[in-house]
Amino acid sequence: MATIDVPEQVSVLADAEALRKACKGWGTDEKAIISVLGHRNAVQRKQIRLAYEDLYQEDLIKRLESELSGDFEKAVYRWVLDPADRDAVLANVAIKKLSPDHHVIVEISCTRSPEELLAVRRAYQTRYKHSLEEDVAAHTKGDTRKLLVSLVSAFRYDGEEINTRVANSEAKNLHEAVKDKEFNHEEIIRILSTRSKMQLMATFNRYRDDHGTTITKNLEGDSGDEFLKTLRATIRCLNDPKKYFEKVLRNSIRRVGTDEDALTRVIVTRAEKDLKDIKELYYKRNSVSLDQAVAKDTSGDYKALLLTLLGKED
Amino acid sequence: MALPVDIEALDKAFSGIGVDEKSLISILTNSNEEHKKSLRKGSSKLFIEDAKGFERSDQSSIKILKHQFKRFKDAVMLSVLHPWERDARLIEKAIRKGPKHYNVIVEMACTRSSDQLLGARKAYHSLFHHSIEEHLVTHIKGRERKLLVALVSAYRFDGPGVNEDVAKSEAQILYEAINNGEKNKLLDHEDAIMILATRSKQHLQALYQHYNQSYDKTLAQDLEGEGILKDTVECLCTPQTYFTRVLEAAVKEDADEESKRSLTRVIVTQKEQLVKEGFVPNKIQDILLGLYKDFMLASIASGDIK
Repeated sequence: MATIDVPEQVSVLADAEALRKACKGWGTDEKAIISVLGHRNAVQRKQIRLAYEDLYQEDLIKRLESELSGDFEKAVYRWVLDPADRDAVLANVAIKKLSPDHHVIVEISCTRSPEELLAVRRAYQTRYKHSLEEDVAAHTKGDTRKLLVSLVSAFRYDGEEINTRVANSEAKNLHEAVKDKEFNHEEIIRILSTRSKMQLMATFNRYRDDHGTTITKNLEGDSGDEFLKTLRATIRCLNDPKKYFEKVLRNSIRRVGTDEDALTRVIVTRAEKDLKDIKELYYKRNSVSLDQAVAKDTSGDYKALLLTLLGKED
Repeated sequence: MALPVDIEALDKAFSGIGVDEKSLISILTNSNEEHKKSLRKGSSKLFIEDAKGFERSDQSSIKILKHQFKRFKDAVMLSVLHPWERDARLIEKAIRKGPKHYNVIVEMACTRSSDQLLGARKAYHSLFHHSIEEHLVTHIKGRERKLLVALVSAYRFDGPGVNEDVAKSEAQILYEAINNGEKNKLLDHEDAIMILATRSKQHLQALYQHYNQSYDKTLAQDLEGEGILKDTVECLCTPQTYFTRVLEAAVKEDADEESKRSLTRVIVTQKEQLVKEGFVPNKIQDILLGLYKDFMLASIASGDIK
């Protein structure tokens, strides 16, 4: 379930005017920005941008970029974009890093629906004049590259049907591929990047039933092995995305110094999806609410925005 | 008694691609039993002498006849289906039929626009309740699998702005993969597959030019005999060459049934392109027959497409 709190009546014209007022003159009224944008869903945010452009002949996003700074600016920028466009930006940022953030590519390709992933690929082309897969291919190597390119290129069947015979045999194949640490990477990549999500969950369950342990436990290993790390993230995202996101949040806050990029990314991308469920998992796991943890670890306008997206009442 | 000219006409009515319906009507409808008997006796392919003293049909020849009659119907069906469904069904059939048909998968993946290929993938979901990739990996165990999966998964950028330096260096990568390593390992060459499966067509066409300039031969020439690799490069970089090759193969003397079917497929699915390129059906029209011929030639007659 979503966490953002959207009022019943919304006037995008009034919103555009309010944002203009917040940006005009010396200084910026960040609270006003948060109180409008933090309470609008994706459709409304898009309409606000159009209304703003209409009224003031200026791109709202560019205006916000120039008025704001730091983690707050990054978060607002990501929040205001269309979800597909946002994912395209996140993917590009992850790819272009000196040491690419493979797990972000995994996240985007494995936790979005097949249609959403297609929209991301389109948005990526529009923005960057390259296909997502060619940029991933150009900036990664080895088996990690094979896995990531396959994942971003996948257009999975999104039906509910499960073939138990296939689940059995592929659980077996996965076990064969994984045991003795002699990974048959081709086989694993093939299964993980072509099967439907329902089918994969059945396979993972079968694996657990047959071998008494989850496949991710069997893949624990050298933290220096980039392929293994990426593989584990893949399986986690496909099998239980909420649990995966809880872990990312937990790690981002626990670090000495918060990992703002990860914190922003998860909250912004899940606030309209399942952040409520992730919050419950977080509380169960950490005995403190995500709101409290974020409040303790962040400050200023950045904190205010995050808490608003988390559903805090103004 | 049937005149030799009738016997010849009957043979001729079945000796092309398609069937000469008009000729058959004129030979057979006024034919009495005597006439028909001598037609059967005179026919070189369709009837044989049975031990019990009658001219029995040669079943394998009759089977071939069925294909001929079916051509018009197949052309109509291909023509009428939504392109997404059409392409999805062509891919599914090719997967089922085996290695000799993999070029059809390459054709679908590489000659369609990015959005058309996406559409075919969506249609495939609806029709067959699996993704194309799933069926490819389930049914294809050979080394072609990697390339085919990569090609159908592509959503290539379609636009200008090719980085010539990158195109040139990737041409070199392909050159080295072909000429230094073992050629038959190309299907396993990760970089080659990445380049062919992820780069835009504009980029690959620039790469093709660089290859030609740098090495004095075309990439297609260097891939002679390499089956779907050559098909892939031709479909992406010089599609007209590919289609002309397919059409000419269809009308050769020893063309097999699959090659002949390709004629229907190429003409129906590529007719706008063929018309635009000013394709003249000289080499193919003599061997086409009947309604099938009319349908094929009318498809590519220049003039307004409705």
